[in-house]
Order: sequence, then C-alpha cells, then structure tokens
Amino acid sequence: MKLLKLVPDNTNIKFLRWRVPFYVISLLLMAASVALVFTKGLNLGVDFVGGQMIRVTYENSATAPVAELRENVGALGYGEPIIQQFGKPNEVSIRLKLPEGSDDQPALADTMTKEIIAKVRAGHADARIDGVDSVSGKVSGELFRTGTNALLVAMFAIALYIWVRFEWQFGVGALFALLHDVTLTIGMFALTQMEFDLNIVAALLTLIGYSLNDTIVVYDRIRENMKKYRRMPMPELLDLSVNETLSRTIVTSGSLLITLMALLLLGPDVIFGFTAAITLGIFVGTYSSVYMAAPILIWLKVTPDSFVATESDIERQERLAREQG
Amino acid sequence: MLEFPLWKKLWLWSVTLVCVLAAMPSLASLGNVAWPKALPEPMVNLGLDLAGGSHILLEANPAQVRAQRLENMEEAVRARLKNAEPRIRIGDFSSAGGKLAFTVRDIAQVDAAREEVLPLTTGAGLTGQRDWTIEVVNQDRIVLTPTPGGLEQAVTNAMDSATEVVRKRIDELGTREPTIIRQGDQRIVVQVPGLDDPAALKALLGQTAKLEFKLVDTAAAPSDVAQGIAPPGSEIVPFLDPADNGGVPAIAVRRLGGIKGDSLTDAMQTFEQQTNEPVVSITFDAQGGAKFAKLTTENVNRPFAIILDGKVLSAPNINEPILGGSAQISGNFTVDSANQLAISLRSGALPVDLTVIEERTVGPDLGADSIEKGLIAMVVGTLALMAFIVATYGRFGLYACAALVINVLMILGVMAITNTTLTLPGIAGFVLTIGAAVDANVLINERIREERAKGRRVVAAVENGYKEASRAIFDANITNVIAAVLMFLFGSGPVRGFAIVLMIGIATSVFTAVTLTRMWAAGWLRRTRPSDIVI
Repeated sequence: MKLLKLVPDNTNIKFLRWRVPFYVISLLLMAASVALVFTKGLNLGVDFVGGQMIRVTYENSATAPVAELRENVGALGYGEPIIQQFGKPNEVSIRLKLPEGSDDQPALADTMTKEIIAKVRAGHADARIDGVDSVSGKVSGELFRTGTNALLVAMFAIALYIWVRFEWQFGVGALFALLHDVTLTIGMFALTQMEFDLNIVAALLTLIGYSLNDTIVVYDRIRENMKKYRRMPMPELLDLSVNETLSRTIVTSGSLLITLMALLLLGPDVIFGFTAAITLGIFVGTYSSVYMAAPILIWLKVTPDSFVATESDIERQERLAREQG
Repeated sequence: MLEFPLWKKLWLWSVTLVCVLAAMPSLASLGNVAWPKALPEPMVNLGLDLAGGSHILLEANPAQVRAQRLENMEEAVRARLKNAEPRIRIGDFSSAGGKLAFTVRDIAQVDAAREEVLPLTTGAGLTGQRDWTIEVVNQDRIVLTPTPGGLEQAVTNAMDSATEVVRKRIDELGTREPTIIRQGDQRIVVQVPGLDDPAALKALLGQTAKLEFKLVDTAAAPSDVAQGIAPPGSEIVPFLDPADNGGVPAIAVRRLGGIKGDSLTDAMQTFEQQTNEPVVSITFDAQGGAKFAKLTTENVNRPFAIILDGKVLSAPNINEPILGGSAQISGNFTVDSANQLAISLRSGALPVDLTVIEERTVGPDLGADSIEKGLIAMVVGTLALMAFIVATYGRFGLYACAALVINVLMILGVMAITNTTLTLPGIAGFVLTIGAAVDANVLINERIREERAKGRRVVAAVENGYKEASRAIFDANITNVIAAVLMFLFGSGPVRGFAIVLMIGIATSVFTAVTLTRMWAAGWLRRTRPSDIVI
C-alpha cells in the first residue's frame, strides 16, 4: 500500500533566510491592523456596546429588503439602525441602541422591539424572527472587560509556563507570536467590518490555542536539536527544526482546514464569522510559529549552551560516577 | 512503553466504555430516537443559542434592601419601646446617612432603652459580629448602625428569597423546565428553553408586587402635597394614573402603621360585581386579617391608599369595617394585568426590585436549523478528515481515527455525566480539541516515520515515536489547560462555555490519542511481530 506523502523526506528549505523581510512585512501588517482598528474601528456587536439586535430570515425571498428595512426602521425615531446581512443574503441583523432611559424602564426597550418587529413583518409574511438580543450598557461593559482580561491573563500565564519549561527567550517569542496572530485577526475584522461579538472572542481563544500548539511543536524540536547539535549556528538549527517538523505542520493544518471547510460551507450561518476567524487563524498561526516565534530566538541570543547548563552539580557527580564505574 | 498488563487494558477499556455509554442518550435525542425509560439518562444540555429559548439576566439594587431594612428596624424599635414596661418615650427619630438615631426623652431610661433594642439585633456571619451596632452618643441619643456583615447577609437573604419568588412566578406560567440561578451577589439568571416571546415573562419578573395599605393623611395641605412636602410622619406617594383621580398627581399617606401585602394567603383575578371591571381579590392570613379588621374598624369613614410598588392604585374611603379577611383591589386593570398582579401577589412580593439588564432570545427554528446544519458539517468534516489521515498513515491512521471517534463520544459522555451545557462557543472548544487530538497522532506518526528513516527497528521506532512526541504533546496540552482554567476563572458566559469543553477535551484527547492508540499499536506489534511497517 502506498501512502500519501504531501511533503517529501529530508526537505531542506531555507525558511529563515527570509526572516528579516518577513518580520518587516509582519510588523507593518500589525501596525496596519492597529491603525485600522483606530481609524475604521471594529464593528462591535451589542455584546460589547449594548443595544438591541434582532435577527430576521426572509424564508421565501432570495435577498432581504435591506433598503426598505433601513427606511422603515429609521422612521421609528430610535436613531439610525445598523442593518447587516450575514450568512445568506436573506438573513439580516438589525441593530439599534437601546432607547434613552431604558435602564430604569425596561418597558421602553420592549416597546421598541415590538415596533421594529411590526415594521419587519409589514408586507413580508415570510419574515421569521430568529432572535432578539438586548444588552444594557452596564452588562456590555462587563462583558468587554472580562473578555479582555481572560485573554490577557491567559496569554501571560502561557508565556510564563513556556519560560519555565524552555528559556525566557522562548516565552517572549511565543507571546510575540500570539500577539501577532491576535492583532492580525482583529485587523481583519476591522478591514472587513464583520461583526465582532463575544463568539469572536471564543474564536480568538481557539486561534491562540492552535497557534500555541504549533509554536510549542516547533520549539520542542528546536530544544531537542540544540541538545543534539551543540555547534550548529542558530539560523541553520532553526531551519533544520522547521524542516523536520514540516510534514507534521502540513498534515495537521491540512486536517484542521478540512474540518473547518466543512463547517464554513455546510455549517450553520450563525457561526460563519466565527469559523472564518478560526480558519484565518490556522494560516496566521502556522506562519507565525515559523517566522515570528523562531527568529526571535536568534535576536534574543539563544545559544545551544542554554540547555546544557541545566545539569546540576549532583547530576554531574552522578554522571561522572557512572562513567567511572 | 509498549507493555500493557491485563489490568491496565481492562482499566482503559472500562473508562472508555463508561464515557462512551454516557454519550448514548444525548446522541439518541439528537437523532430523535426514543431512549428506554428504564435506563439512566445523563444528558448534554444544549445552550439556548443552539436549542432556542430565552435568557434573561436580572439585577437587584442593594440600596433598596438597605432602605427597607432601615424602615423595618425603625418600626420594630418604635413598637418595642412603646410596649416596654414602663413605656420609654423617644423623639427626634432620624434615618439619615443609613443610620437610625433617636433621643430618649428621660435620660434615666437610656440604659433600659438600650437593653430593649438589643434583642432586635442578631448575629451576622460566623465572626460573632452583630448585624447592627448600638451606641449611645451625647448621653441620651441612641444610634443604630448596620454592620457590613449584617448588610451583606440581608442582601444575600433578599436575593435568596427573590430567586424563590422568581421561580414561583415562572412556575405559575407553566413554562417547561426553566433554569433559575443566582449569579454573583445581586443577579439572577433565568433561562427558559423554547420560549420565543419573553415579553409576558419580563413583565411578570419586573413587577415587585409590594402591596401596602396605608392611611391617607387628610390633614396634609393640598398645596404642600403638590410641592412634594410631606407633614411629619407622612410621605408623598404618586398615583399610578393621575387621570383617574381628577388629575391629582400624588397623595400624602401616613408612613407607619399600615399593612403590608406579605400576609396574603391567596390572590385571584375576578370581576367587580357592579361595574364588571377586572379586579384582584385577595385573602389575608389570620394575622393579616385581624390587623386589617383592626385598621378598618378604627378608621371608618377615612380614606386609605392601596399602594403597589410605590404607586397609589386607588384611595377609597373605608365605608365599614372589613372583618372577613378578604378584600378587593381595583385600579383600572385589564384582565391580563389583573391576572398578572394576582400571580405576583400569590408568589409573594420580591424583597427587592429586579431590572432586566440582558436578554437574549433565539427562535426555535434557528436553533433547530443550527443543530442540523452543525451536525451535517461535523459528520462530513470528520469523514473527510479520517479519509485524509488514513491515506497518510495507513494502519496507524486507522488507530488515530478510531481514537478520534472515541474522543468525540467521550467528550459528550463526560459532558453528559457532569451535566454540562453545550453552547456555540463550546463547539469551538470541540473543534480545537479535535484539532489538538489529531495533531497528537500526527506528531507521533511523523516521529515513527523519522525513526524508521533513521533505520530503527519497528518496535524501537514505535516506542521512540511515542516517547519523543509525548514531550511536545504534554507541553502543548499543559499550556492549553492553563489557558482554559484562566479563561474559566476570568471570563464570562461564552468564554466559559468554551473553556469547559476545552478542559474536558484535553483530558479525553490525551487519553484517546496517546494512551489508547499506543495500546492498540502495541497489541498489533505483539501479535504479528512485523519486520516492516507502512507509515
């Protein structure tokens, strides 16, 4: 039986030769992402800014009457609605701020919901109300804070663990790679203006988990090779490690992409943005393990000696005793 | 490394079997297959974002609990000192700054007054602290200050009974299997699967239903009342609907000495016989009935106000003593609003106002649609993935795939046993763990390939493959565990849903992808002793 081999044996691609240009490009992309977030802004969902979101599917229509909706709902006097198609063209979400004073009088928000739904259904008997989310400013602020905290604390704790298991340079490298992945993905959301809600935070967490997994696999091989080839210069050693794990990288990301493609093409529309974010993350995360996490080790002056010094005095005495005995 | 004694094999298989069996009822329900009633039925709960339903987050205002507590204490202190032997006269009552203070008229009675008040306070918490501190200042003034411990306990008690009241009210609506949980210090989460129009529910929960009967202060000058100035001992209460009362916006009522609606045994919506208007008729318990009889007997021909949640519904005249222990509340009701009030009164007043601060409703169609599409996508995705893995690693790929299927079932099984809820972000956790599990097998198999390429013999190559790959797998999983635990601790809602599945998934995927596949590979090597393997 002949097995599938996507990557030939003993590849020797000089990945790290391009480390400077790739780093420059990545840093520029990161800067661009930050700039985009500040200029264009994120299309934050009601989870983070508060307000009301109503999701509607026009079951028997090819596309949703967006212009008509915008006009009709806008005419209610609650301000300009944000109307967006998601998943399929006949599915829309309508977002509005909660009416003034609704913190004390919840009935105001209910009235608004009723009026909007009446407008949505007017002349469209096939409109199906799929969901209503109503989040007060207080809760949205908390959700934002807890979400960001969870993300930051998790990232730093991970870096700390890698520092303990490897060396501090590896911790910095992993943290930087994670930062790179998260920044680019958020930049992507600013660029496409896809809605950024709490589910996307879960997607970012998945991405971090995957990217980290990938980084650790490469780092583990680097650590191993550093013990094996004490005299090899770092760039060469990194290239060797990346090449040795290349087949694994391709097979793993390939398998994940297969499953994600199925979710993207056949899965429920509600998770489209979410799956898209993870898919993007697979590419970015794989790239960053090679081009972000590894070269940093050269610049932070990691040498193969880093791992030899771990032999304690007692261990040395034992070793000497063994060798003599 | 490849040695598996019989006890170990038995142990691994039984763990697998238990977890996989626990997943069966959930799978049966997804496939609409009836599960035999006689068997235990652990279930994975589907979150409302998948199954459809309403999620409502209510928040209480603790300031209100504090104010209510001050008022109750004032009433208790007054009654206690009035009934003391000999009577202790007091004056200058103040409740400013969250403290109660009063002056004892006869300086010789200060100690006696202190002794009388002391039993009104109780211990709070385990520290031996009491819920109020009593001090004497300027020789004749007694100050009662609520302690933080006492306040905390009062808020906790209020929230506990509020949760109970919320439960009773929702039960009255007859909705299916609501989940009602206290969250943090001052919040209650209500989740009702299958409910797609929560307006009635919210109206019901938003109503505190604090019913009071207070005497109208007829001595108050209408001009003062209009300006909101209350005579001593009285307070100004607005009408719910001023138009009903000749446009008068508010009325002065005596602050103390009224009757509260918490001594009701029943409340139901009926119709007023003469006008055929919807009203709520209430029945007092024995004690409340006696109080109500006393109040109406002593105040014939005077008006009294029926106050609901701080608004006057109506202020009828007491034409004759009401001795039967029941009464009617009128107040421009519709049948629905009268019915709703009756439910609220039956379930008792909320000890604190609740406001809806978050509401999420997912229509049942969308939920069903999501589940169906999600399942199809997962089945197709998993099959394609398996084909790829088997094509790449042959026999060892088959082991990986078997491990993957068992992994999915085990995650479901553990979730069912621990009664965990699966949400949309939880599915993301699923995707990540499956990814990590596949990666573990890829790492191992690639390593075996490498070891074979170096010329190691089959058994040594497999053994080394598992050993060398384990280090990276271990580090990757530990970092994910760290991330999952922190996300669970610091995150909320969806982030937690993700973290829980991740934690379960990491445990099961190491078990299936590393331990089980090793057991299978070892068994096969032992039986056939191949001199070469295709990998």
